[in-house]
Amino acid sequence: MTEQRTRASLADADTILSVRNLRTYFYTRDGVVPAVDDVSFDIRRGEIVGLVGESGSGKSVTARSIMRLVPVPGRIVSGEMIFQGRDLVGVSEGEMRQLRGAHIGMVLQEPMASLNPVLTIGDQVGELFAYHPDRAPDGSRDDAVAEILQRVRIPDAVRRMTEFPLSFSGGMRQRVCIAIATACRPELVIADEPTTALDVTIQAQVLDLLLALRAELGVSVLFITHDLGVVAEICDSVAVMYAGKIVEYNDVESIFARPQHPYTKALLASLPRLGERLAHLPSIEGQPPDLGDLPPGCSFSPRCPAAIDRCREQAPDATAIPGASGSGHVRCFVAADMLAAGAATANAAPSGSTP
Amino acid sequence: MTTRDTNATDGAPILELVNLKKYFQQEGLASAFLRRKRPPVRAVDGVSFRVTAGQNFGLVGESGSGKTTIGKTILRLEQPTDGSVLFEGADVHRLRGGALKEFRRATHVVFQDPNSSLSPRMRVRDIVGEPLSVQGVRGAALRERVAEVLQLVGLSPDAARRYPHEFSGGQRQRIAVARAVAADPKLIVLDEPVSALDVSIRAQILNLLRDLQDRLNLTYLMIAHDLAVVYQACDTIGVMYLGKLAEQAPSEALYREPLHPYTRILLSAIPRPDPTQRHERLPLTGEIPSPSAPPPGCRFHPRCPIAVERCAVDEPEWREVEPDHWVACHLV
Repeated sequence: MTEQRTRASLADADTILSVRNLRTYFYTRDGVVPAVDDVSFDIRRGEIVGLVGESGSGKSVTARSIMRLVPVPGRIVSGEMIFQGRDLVGVSEGEMRQLRGAHIGMVLQEPMASLNPVLTIGDQVGELFAYHPDRAPDGSRDDAVAEILQRVRIPDAVRRMTEFPLSFSGGMRQRVCIAIATACRPELVIADEPTTALDVTIQAQVLDLLLALRAELGVSVLFITHDLGVVAEICDSVAVMYAGKIVEYNDVESIFARPQHPYTKALLASLPRLGERLAHLPSIEGQPPDLGDLPPGCSFSPRCPAAIDRCREQAPDATAIPGASGSGHVRCFVAADMLAAGAATANAAPSGSTP
Repeated sequence: MTTRDTNATDGAPILELVNLKKYFQQEGLASAFLRRKRPPVRAVDGVSFRVTAGQNFGLVGESGSGKTTIGKTILRLEQPTDGSVLFEGADVHRLRGGALKEFRRATHVVFQDPNSSLSPRMRVRDIVGEPLSVQGVRGAALRERVAEVLQLVGLSPDAARRYPHEFSGGQRQRIAVARAVAADPKLIVLDEPVSALDVSIRAQILNLLRDLQDRLNLTYLMIAHDLAVVYQACDTIGVMYLGKLAEQAPSEALYREPLHPYTRILLSAIPRPDPTQRHERLPLTGEIPSPSAPPPGCRFHPRCPIAVERCAVDEPEWREVEPDHWVACHLV
């Protein structure tokens, strides 16, 4: 990691996307599925926010909601998503098309599924300028495309832009997808598991590329992944999702050093790590719930080692984490009680004597 | 998993690969119409290692390194082009009759994705019971054994009459494990056994595999791309690159003192779940070359940061530089 993160300056920078109480539900024949349920987070200029969770936790539906590409039978039920002063929940489809690609780029997991196999790489990168003439280059399209491909470190860009996706390796294809997502210099890129399909050495290259682009373009990234290792490597702040809700949201150092939610704690403990061989990995019993048939109370309570009776009856609200920058919060009764107790002892003790 | 001295003392290899090679002839319209032979894909190109009973062996490598082909060739799903696979001293590709039947009982496999490795049209009891019925187990004995192994993997007995789609991903992988241990095997090949599973389920399955090993005296050959998983589960790790082993060492030694430049790069590329330890990743330039035209000399030399002239000419010898620590590199 060549780049030093600048947390202090990030905290002062303006928020480019503010998601508040977002709810996206799917109205299926078997009932209502709350895929995204009361999700709130902020992305600041140049910040990389990680959205982590297991399959079905709602992280991809959150991304699709921001792009306003929620598939049928899903729809955004309530909440707001303020992007550059506009609420994306309410803007027209025409306005949304102006934003997609130009102001918000997207990178998906499978580059081969994102790219058109019968168009050259140059045509696919340059295509964006036809839709967004205001962001088109002044000079020739080919020069601009070559420059964009060079920006994502594709060697021999001028020649390779005439080739088709099949002659690119997996890592190079993902670079092309990143080139397309950043061609119009968007303010925000949503990257949905962009390195999951790649080998680990190629993943490292793509992560380094995203960090470099952040530095060069000042772009913000919403990075969706299930891999906590990747989160620790590149994110500034992290939202942990479970069963459609953000259960914990904080800056990356705090999440890893002082996780508050029992799910975050258990997930971190269960990771196979290098450097310490364990006879038994701490594991989370049971499996993630069916979103169409959620348990009463907190969705994690059936698997939670810390659950009390209240957790099985009532769903906890988000509690602000003291000292967390921005809107850091945790959604857990037990964690909230412990935070309150910690704050109380800190206040009760005479100043200066607390460690 | 920790060293099991009771099994390890005899030191006899349960499995041995001797200069195993597996080439695939490329088929296609060009070769069919033009009668032009394309060079074969050298998926596995001279791999030798030994697996001691009770000592888990992990094979790591990136896509195209040949690790899955090795697993398939060990299980007789592929015929070797050259070299041999010895299971308890016997060449598995020459087994016939009763010896072959016994080999099939004594070895089994767990694949990555239980959604595709379990037939959706078979009940769990038939899936799990199949390795037994092939061995001639019938009736009450079959039912009892199925119930027993389902319990061993943490599933309730009534799972037997249900279908795979009624289970979650983690439970389906438990069914696959139940089938693998049903006929009381000695060696199980685990091909990416947890990579399709959710993060919170991975530790459950890794722990299950470990428990079963202790109870049933199993040996695992684990094939995986995730070095952290293999490090946790295996006693010895072999690192593959483009059809060959680059390095092989006890897990701890491989992590603490990697010798081959590729192993070092691989280790440095692994994301660590600790934001305070963000580190400079060692650069790896270029892409993995085509296995149908591997580079001359050392296969890694075009991408190697420390390669010298000799690396492009001479193929490095596979040698033991420290006890049990093998490496193929001129510069070690």
